[in-house]
Amino acid sequence: MSWIENRFEEGVIVTSLDWAINWGRSNSIWPMTFGLACCAIEMMAVGASRFDIDRFGAGAFRASPRQSDLMIVAGTVTYKMASRLKRLYNQMPEPKYVMAMGACTVGGGPYFKHGYHVVKGVDLVVPVDIYVPGCPPRPEALIEGLMRLQDKIRSQRRTKDVMTKAKEMALA
Amino acid sequence: MTPEDIFKLLAGEFSDAVEGTTAEGGHPYITIKPQAWPEVASFLRQDARLRLNLLRSITALDLLADDQLVCVYDLMHVPTDSPAALITHTFEFAVRIVTDRTSPQIPSVAHVWPAADWHEREAFDLMGIHFSNHPDLRRILCTDDWVGHPLRKDYEFPLEYHGIPATTEFELTNPRH
Repeated sequence: MSWIENRFEEGVIVTSLDWAINWGRSNSIWPMTFGLACCAIEMMAVGASRFDIDRFGAGAFRASPRQSDLMIVAGTVTYKMASRLKRLYNQMPEPKYVMAMGACTVGGGPYFKHGYHVVKGVDLVVPVDIYVPGCPPRPEALIEGLMRLQDKIRSQRRTKDVMTKAKEMALA
Repeated sequence: MTPEDIFKLLAGEFSDAVEGTTAEGGHPYITIKPQAWPEVASFLRQDARLRLNLLRSITALDLLADDQLVCVYDLMHVPTDSPAALITHTFEFAVRIVTDRTSPQIPSVAHVWPAADWHEREAFDLMGIHFSNHPDLRRILCTDDWVGHPLRKDYEFPLEYHGIPATTEFELTNPRH
């Protein structure tokens, strides 16, 4: 760190708290091991060495929702699974993010018309941050989705944003 | 044994249980009356000439126009005495059981072929065929509180399930068989 040494007075921190927290969060998104169907194969490929999601700090697939930040819903969600999915989501600690991977989780996909048993989009069950379309999406697409999620995390602020302020003023 | 031989054998042993035979096509089958089915099944499994020891699949059909539900049992003889016999002495056979659509009832053969246990549960779950004397006739795929039997031709899709809207555009998802 020689390039920055001796340049500032004592007691000066050259960052914002927002930046520091977002930097930490966006570079350690631990996903939950949650493969439901064929999309999980692509998710495993993303975890393996060829695509290597660990480069983005998101390679630590946790076997418990209590240790994870991101739920990649990889595969068809049935009504039977929906209650379990919701419970797992509720068990995750804040801040938590959900990525809908593949056509089935985005909106029912090929089962939209005749799938008597398929939830027509996982956003009917849990709030979704990132949609990754494809059937199944290429590993590159999933990495793209993860990078967009990182963008989203980096843009988060601890202070009230303009819209929240406007809403509060309108209600008051 | 060829299917024709088995037709003859069964016609001799259970003359009043056989409703008909079909030898044409690639899938010859015999139609058996439901009430005689467990007895015939034990015979098919145990008779030294047949020994149909493998139940490969149970297919359930919904013949809406004829007001019938049909179960097709695909059976196979797998010789267990020598590996060479697997190639030379294997044969297949199919049995068809017809039941009516309003109160479908077929006696269970889970005590003859253990594989029938889960197959019959699946046929019950998706087609609503009741297998009498089944050891554990519960739904196997759908949730226990599911309404209706999804693979029936006249099945109506649910509008919601436990608070989750089931269809966003119901006209699009209404099945048109």
